[in-house]
Amino acid sequence: MSELVLPKINKETISKKEYIFKNLAKIINPENVLSHADEIKPYETDALAAYTQTPLAVVMPENTKEVSNILKFCHAEDIKVVPRGAGTGLSGGALPLNDAILLSLGKFNKIIEIDFENKCVVTQPGVTNLGITHAVQHKNFYYAPDPSSQLACSIGGNVAENSGGVHSLKYGTTTNNILGVEIVMMDGTICRIGGKTLDQEGYDLMGLICGSEGLLGVITEVTVKILKNPQVVKAALIGFPTIEEGGNAATEIISSGIVPAGMEIMDKALIEATDNFSKAGYPRDAELLLIVELDGTESEVDELLKQVRDICEKNNCSSLKLSKNEKERLSFWAGRKAAFPACGALAPDYYCMDGSIPRGKLAEALLIIKKLSEKYKLPVANCFHAGDGNLHPLIMFDGSDKEELRKTEEFGAEILKACVRLGGVITGEHGVGVEKRELMCEMFNDNDIQQQLDIKKSLDEKNLLNPGKVYPILRKCAEEGRVHVHRNEEKFPDLPRF
Amino acid sequence: MSTEMKKNSQIYQDSNNTYYPEDESQVSDIVKELYKKNQPTELIGTGTKNFIGNKIQSAHKISFSKLSGIVEYLPHELYIKVKANTSLELVEKELEKNNQELAFEPIDFGFIHSGKSNKGTIAGYLACNYAGSRRFKVGSVRDHVLGFRGVNGKGDIIKSGGTVVKNVTGYDLSKLVAGSFGTLVALTEITLKVLPKKKLSNTIIIHTEDKNLVNELFEKISGSSSEVSGAVFIPEEPEDKSYDHNKEMVFKFNDLKSKGSFLALRIEGDKISIEEKTKSLTDELALNKLNLSILDLYQSIPFWKKINNLELFKATKNNLLRVVIPPSKGNKLMRYLSNKYKYYVDWCGSLYWIEIQSKKNTKVREIKNIIKELEGYLTIIKTSDEYDYEETIFTVDSTRLLISEKIKKSFDPKRIFNPGKMYRGI
Repeated sequence: MSELVLPKINKETISKKEYIFKNLAKIINPENVLSHADEIKPYETDALAAYTQTPLAVVMPENTKEVSNILKFCHAEDIKVVPRGAGTGLSGGALPLNDAILLSLGKFNKIIEIDFENKCVVTQPGVTNLGITHAVQHKNFYYAPDPSSQLACSIGGNVAENSGGVHSLKYGTTTNNILGVEIVMMDGTICRIGGKTLDQEGYDLMGLICGSEGLLGVITEVTVKILKNPQVVKAALIGFPTIEEGGNAATEIISSGIVPAGMEIMDKALIEATDNFSKAGYPRDAELLLIVELDGTESEVDELLKQVRDICEKNNCSSLKLSKNEKERLSFWAGRKAAFPACGALAPDYYCMDGSIPRGKLAEALLIIKKLSEKYKLPVANCFHAGDGNLHPLIMFDGSDKEELRKTEEFGAEILKACVRLGGVITGEHGVGVEKRELMCEMFNDNDIQQQLDIKKSLDEKNLLNPGKVYPILRKCAEEGRVHVHRNEEKFPDLPRF
Repeated sequence: MSTEMKKNSQIYQDSNNTYYPEDESQVSDIVKELYKKNQPTELIGTGTKNFIGNKIQSAHKISFSKLSGIVEYLPHELYIKVKANTSLELVEKELEKNNQELAFEPIDFGFIHSGKSNKGTIAGYLACNYAGSRRFKVGSVRDHVLGFRGVNGKGDIIKSGGTVVKNVTGYDLSKLVAGSFGTLVALTEITLKVLPKKKLSNTIIIHTEDKNLVNELFEKISGSSSEVSGAVFIPEEPEDKSYDHNKEMVFKFNDLKSKGSFLALRIEGDKISIEEKTKSLTDELALNKLNLSILDLYQSIPFWKKINNLELFKATKNNLLRVVIPPSKGNKLMRYLSNKYKYYVDWCGSLYWIEIQSKKNTKVREIKNIIKELEGYLTIIKTSDEYDYEETIFTVDSTRLLISEKIKKSFDPKRIFNPGKMYRGI
């Protein structure tokens, strides 16, 4: 998108790149060191595709020892390292740097152990999220967190980003569903945290690593919890004539004590877009569509659906359909799951935002976004994880028009600022990455950010691991250890700072 | 206190060098002063869990007793924000009004400490991160913290997290603070996730002396879709008159039919779902072939309270160990403990509470080695007066210790807070 400020390039690293390639080829199989322009081209970006950077080289180690040796070498030689899982992240967390080695975990693609006795799976980080469920589903087990990219995203990336998904309302996000990790620190130290036990003694390093966006360590193994499939799963598809009524119904469902397995909202723009795209049979006359999924025992689910129906009718729903069978339930989701590609068909580009707000502010947030859409004259479609207040407004624009690009970014930033004003946060599940790092100051003051930087510094004193992500680009931050936003290079100069 | 501090604030300090800050900025002032002078301090709440961990040698104490009260409780948003020293009792009372609860079932450590209920503060629960029987189903204390405010070891006021459940903005420091025993941050405000209370609770008791069967049942329960929210095994052995007496007092329930060892499992929900779950469990666990007792709602709730609150080891003068293992290792551990130690098993086969007689300090080492082999961990929750500290309270490997030291330093570079509470040098 617009010009991105990245950490200062270390010219020395660039000048000794042949020496670096030679040494890396000694540490791992030379075939796994990619340095030719054609070979590294596919790694120039992650799913925030608007930003591209060419890495110095791409290395693909095959085991933990190799990761450790690569990091040891880079640490000694002051070479930056950017870890990468499947590259499906939406916030640019795996964006390469010109003077950094891109460490791909793509070859860590094996499940190490399926342990039904302890209800866990020990896996390498490159295995896909859905790959874990596929490995255990023959015994009716599954891995609960289900980010929309679950077909492609890796479990290591899920840990790095603390990924959520549609079902995180009831089953939690990644951090609540892992038992252990093995990480390699920037100096090459291998550390195993947790295992097959619940919780652990001492500082919760697993909790710290989870969601640290590849800044504190490279994840080389993960132990996840698996759950038994619920007995019965049913869904309701409910249309509302106004945004307020739909938003209020969603809030009321939660406050009545019901904990749905998933609860999603789509606005009119998205109802039409997805229905055109996937023929899901959504109520096209509705301003807002609510999908509520419940699981449990048969009569428990039926009883809860009855309560959901009552709440929705009280809030003037215009249509209400309950899934009669599994096929119909999946058809309810087909449209929701096609939300992003459907938007892709509507405009040359779309920009997906990811703020969280208190559930009760859903209607208010939707109205704010509507007004902003009019202000910026850019269409927006909204899908929300309504159960936990996680918004995904999709701004549609034409990336080839530079002015429209700029407006889109401004629009996105205004949405996230509004989320903070409403009592929420700037990212619910996509991570900060490079995309939202300048907005960190919307939520955190100098002390808060300084504490986080101090942790980073304590575990990676040379600031070599994934630098330039999550925290605002700072002037001499690593050397001075103080937060200082480089005023001239601010991405959003109109943001208030405190 | 510096003259300036004295001038600007009236922070009360008693004759035992204990400060009583009234708000967060006063906590910050005190810590800044101690930081400048390089003087460590103990952080104290109501002291209900103070016996856990190493003893702290410090010239100062900061009492948080004045930082108490509910800041914001939004039942429809499923969170409660409280000042750090707010009592659990007050929080539970408020949540009860809206039929909500802290799903992780806070343990009332008052019973093992002094023989009677004494729940303590929210900050204390977060500092220890010990969850009750429902842990294997819903997560620990750390899984229910949405955010906090506090003061680091330099005196800076810091915050992390927020009030929403979906939040990946910056490092998740709430997790790090959970279980850190006050060695990283002096907490001033905590936001907890709350959940609707389950309407009813039923407990199925399976009377059996067959430990292989018990572990088999644990495995089936944890792999069941019937959402069992408590599974505990109370062995009959070893013979010990005072323990037997304690057991009789604790498990005085009309419908608990026979004596001897038993496995109890809890099913929660509304009436119909409990019936349905019971039916499917009957098939899954072949309950019809077993000797059962059923505790109804009025017995089930107090039963789990007693389990949760460690009433079996009420006012123990012995060493009390908290052991967590992968549940598949249960048979091995039970065989070892058999007839030698008083223990019981919670968390569907994962958590063992084991009592070691005060004079048998060497046994602690023996058990510790076994737990290491079983890939679990052991914490000495309560030590007897005769405990020799040959074995440390917490166990940590050298790599994790090194990382922990670095993290400690990033929060509290001069080791002002609770020095040595967890590990030497931290």
